Amino acid sequence: MSVLDKHAKLERNVTLLFVWSLVAVLIGGIVEIAPLFYIKNTIEKVEGMRPYTPLELVGRNIYVREGCYLCHSQMIRPFRDEVERYGHYSLAAESMYDHPFQWGSKRTGPDLARVGGRYSDEWHVQHLIDPKSVVPESIMPTYSFLAKAPLNTKDAAAHLKANRAVGVPYTDEMIENASADLEAQANPDTDTSGLEERYQKISLRNFDGQADQLTEMDALIAYLQMLGTLVDLEAYKQNENLR
Amino acid sequence: MRYLTELILLSAAAFLALLGAAYAKDNLFQAHAWILFFVLLGSCVLLARRVEFGLPGKNASKPDPSSYFDEVIRYGVIATMFWGIVGFLVGVVIAAQLAWPELNIEPWFNFGRMRPLHTSAVIFAFGGNALLCTSFHVVQRTCRARLFGGNLAWFVFWGYQLFIVLAATGYLLGVTQSREYAEPEWYVDLWLTIVWVAYLVVFVGTLVKRKEPHIYVANWFFLSFIITVAMLHLVNNAAVPVSFLGVKSYSAFSGVQDALTQWWYGHNAVGFFLTAGFLGMMYYYVPKQANRPVYSYRLSIIHFWALIFLYIWAGPHHLHYTALPDWAQTLGMVFSVMLWMPSWGGMINGLMTLSGAWDKLRTDPVLRMMVISLAFYGMSTFEGPVMSIKSVNSLSHYTDWTIGHVHSGALGWNGMITFGALYYLVPKLWNRENLYSLRLVNWHLWLATLGIVIYAAVMWVAGVTQGLMWREYDDQGFLVNSFVESVVAIHPEYVMRVFGGLLYLSGALLMAYNLWRTIRGDVRNEVPLGGAQATAKPAPAQ
Repeated sequence: MSVLDKHAKLERNVTLLFVWSLVAVLIGGIVEIAPLFYIKNTIEKVEGMRPYTPLELVGRNIYVREGCYLCHSQMIRPFRDEVERYGHYSLAAESMYDHPFQWGSKRTGPDLARVGGRYSDEWHVQHLIDPKSVVPESIMPTYSFLAKAPLNTKDAAAHLKANRAVGVPYTDEMIENASADLEAQANPDTDTSGLEERYQKISLRNFDGQADQLTEMDALIAYLQMLGTLVDLEAYKQNENLR
Repeated sequence: MRYLTELILLSAAAFLALLGAAYAKDNLFQAHAWILFFVLLGSCVLLARRVEFGLPGKNASKPDPSSYFDEVIRYGVIATMFWGIVGFLVGVVIAAQLAWPELNIEPWFNFGRMRPLHTSAVIFAFGGNALLCTSFHVVQRTCRARLFGGNLAWFVFWGYQLFIVLAATGYLLGVTQSREYAEPEWYVDLWLTIVWVAYLVVFVGTLVKRKEPHIYVANWFFLSFIITVAMLHLVNNAAVPVSFLGVKSYSAFSGVQDALTQWWYGHNAVGFFLTAGFLGMMYYYVPKQANRPVYSYRLSIIHFWALIFLYIWAGPHHLHYTALPDWAQTLGMVFSVMLWMPSWGGMINGLMTLSGAWDKLRTDPVLRMMVISLAFYGMSTFEGPVMSIKSVNSLSHYTDWTIGHVHSGALGWNGMITFGALYYLVPKLWNRENLYSLRLVNWHLWLATLGIVIYAAVMWVAGVTQGLMWREYDDQGFLVNSFVESVVAIHPEYVMRVFGGLLYLSGALLMAYNLWRTIRGDVRNEVPLGGAQATAKPAPAQ
């Protein structure tokens, strides 16, 4: 009796067909995904990674909401041209606190993994309000409403808590001060000493240039300006992290 | 009164939606809850005065339990047609936005919010409805049994439409998880889970009560599609909501693990939603339309198991040269290349089913459509493995080549086989002898084919242009092009893509007209296709 004849059994039994097709589709995922959670060198050892500040996190949520990832990747591949164009290739460690990841799959616009610090805040404001005003050939949509949209600051702590629930190491202190930290990062006149202690390498300034209110523009630019700036790439040892 | 329980449940749900709007933690949740409320309110009204597409003279509300449950399939056919046109239209609009960015209307109609609307409308609304109604049709015919669960099939159908409406309105409002092809937020995902389990129950229940000892091959594909999509959906959407009255949730995974989970899902949305399910469709409608048995029984066994086993491994090819560990990338590439074989197994089995019936292609444009769809299936399942090879991918990734590849599969394979199935189903379901017009089907076929060919060709050119421009060096060793120069360079291709999409859309509009006239019972007086046939005539009497 050949294997194909034995198959006749499956064709007459719903339960067997159900079970075997489930088994067939389970294997690949288990072999490929599960090891990523326990093989230690999946995420490189780096210095400088920290969770997002409340303002950056809200900015990141705006980035997600507007679907920026559909045209901008955040994943520099280790090729000569990409490294020269965008900077050091992306490390897994750099997105270890990203729930969800924003690597993207298409570059209708350039990669943004290391866009932080490349342009001034004023450039970003201008570019988001009207991209063609700074890049005449751009096909990016306008996002002028962000400069007028007031930022929701009240449930910052709840967002940090949800992140902690999925594994981001926010401390109790960070969660307690979430709303205050969110407002303080974009307001250079307040006392920010605690904030600077909680988050290293933080940029403190009025990102959108509007003195009177905290807007979604502030948050998004705060996020863009920190992208790719955390990890100390000088100290990164490539050969110790071969995978 | 009919449907009393259903009405009460719906009203209760509408009230809950109202409560959700009242106690919402954020504006988006409030807006979404209001939409849900009005949709449910409208459904109450519609249910109270239910419209029936039933056959004249028959009261479909008192179904004959010994007959097939076809009313839900009729609704499904119409929904497929409707969502197809919506999805293609949004596709044309976003293609135009890339060519002429002035067409973006912030904030709701910017490209970033419209693109998920397009992908979900074509994959889940058009493709999903096609799969629902054809699987319900096929499983009843091949099991010789009425759908299991009575009105549960109605719940599956309407529940699924509600999922579509919530997902679509959410995208425009800005409610998204940013996981490609799994963008709906946690509460919409939960709803889909409930609907999907009901779908599984209806389908498996019908298989269990079958009167045919043998489970037909189309049902293996449908079954594995339903099971696997359930598994993918549950794992990929694992997330922690910020509040049970707010839209936002955070994925359970992060960074590299999140990326692979997402593309394990994303690639198998293609592999199971758009391939296994549609192969189920193919295995019933192609033999029926050709009036021939499936070419090879053994091939169907081998390629079924090989296909579902191998597909699951192919996800990492979406992450070549990223921060995903190399071993996973290589594994993904190897399995993607192997996947070529079972994919072509399906194509060969479909095409060779026409053995002895090839002449029908001359006179039957519906069969022609199915054959073209199999040809596109073969082409894109060859292109896919090629693109999954790392060195090819280094050029093609992040470019429009990928977009072109997806569309030759989606428009060519999924679209065409669905159109073929619809052309087969409508006369059968509405008890008409023929379609309104076969010549219109032929027009549809060629408009669609031309549209796809233009689309795919210009996206190849655009993609390779981008890939080469990004890596071009001058003799001094400097990069030649700024990024924006590559954007300018492909503007002509973006314009031509809009044209290709318009052709495809106009074909679908012709189909809608043709099917509508068929449903009305009209038959167009037209010269038969295939030209003058040489027939033996008796010699004239002397």
